[in-house]
Amino acid sequence: MRTLIYLFIGILFGITMFKSEAASWFRIYEMFKFESFHMYGIIGSALVIGIIVVQSIKRFNIKSFYGEPIKFNPKNKSVPRYMFGGIIFGLGWALAGACPGPMFTLIGAGYLPILIVILFAVFGTFLYGLLKDKLPH
Amino acid sequence: MNWIYEPWSWYISGPMIAFIMFLLLMVGKNFGMSSNLRTLCTICGAGSKADFFKFDWKTQKWNLIVVLGAIIGGYIGSHYLTSDMIVTINSNTVADLKTLGFESAGTAYLPTELFGTNALLSIKNIFVLAIGGLLVGFGARYAGGCTSGHAISGLSDLQLPSLIAVIGFFIGGLTMIHFIFPLIF
Repeated sequence: MRTLIYLFIGILFGITMFKSEAASWFRIYEMFKFESFHMYGIIGSALVIGIIVVQSIKRFNIKSFYGEPIKFNPKNKSVPRYMFGGIIFGLGWALAGACPGPMFTLIGAGYLPILIVILFAVFGTFLYGLLKDKLPH
Repeated sequence: MNWIYEPWSWYISGPMIAFIMFLLLMVGKNFGMSSNLRTLCTICGAGSKADFFKFDWKTQKWNLIVVLGAIIGGYIGSHYLTSDMIVTINSNTVADLKTLGFESAGTAYLPTELFGTNALLSIKNIFVLAIGGLLVGFGARYAGGCTSGHAISGLSDLQLPSLIAVIGFFIGGLTMIHFIFPLIF
């Protein structure tokens, strides 16, 4: 049952990524050119509602559908890790025109060259795992 | 219901993303897609090379199922819910892209120059896709999250680290498009 719920949420996510055009390389390029409000509207409105949702869950102690407390994982405090990691991610996001969610959506949409992006994203993650202790965090 | 077949405007898409994050929270999970890349490394046996990959991947099975759903969703979205696969971007953006050699700008969902069937005949295109993927995978894990984990989940939780990461995303993206694109395209 829970598996079906995750699958349903994923399908909803995939449809949203495709239909919103957040999975389009062109939209990412346009966003970084500041030539359209579209992507800012998507992220901005998701964020405003997201803040209201998360703060309400915390304020009113809302429990999950299964009656368990909802946990948030605060991120470790640091600057270099988020700044350097973020910049590297941003370079790749603009070049490949896809972040880790939409990448998978694009397989379903039938754009097979995206498999190269995914394969190397897995490899990049592997490289990070190997170099982790040598990087400033 | 015709709006479903049109491109979804931001004020439908953004709230949908927030709703997806809400659903995941309500089933006791957190919204974050790039952690799946780490799980895939572990499944491939990366645990023998680095401790970072030593964890029970089955605890992340739920997220892989979300990924499977995202693939199916991409299929449904493109095959059944879209009548016109053209992404209508700003005409200035189209003109810019044409000078860079992206003739498909304004006529396709993805640039056929990079994602078309013939794109893989070019070594340069394979390089572009590979380097792009590599940077996304490395950067997402270094930063501890991607667009979903930081820009949506983390910022919704008012996490300062996520704000730093998102600022980094934009420094990287702007640098790529304004300074590096003219050199490579």
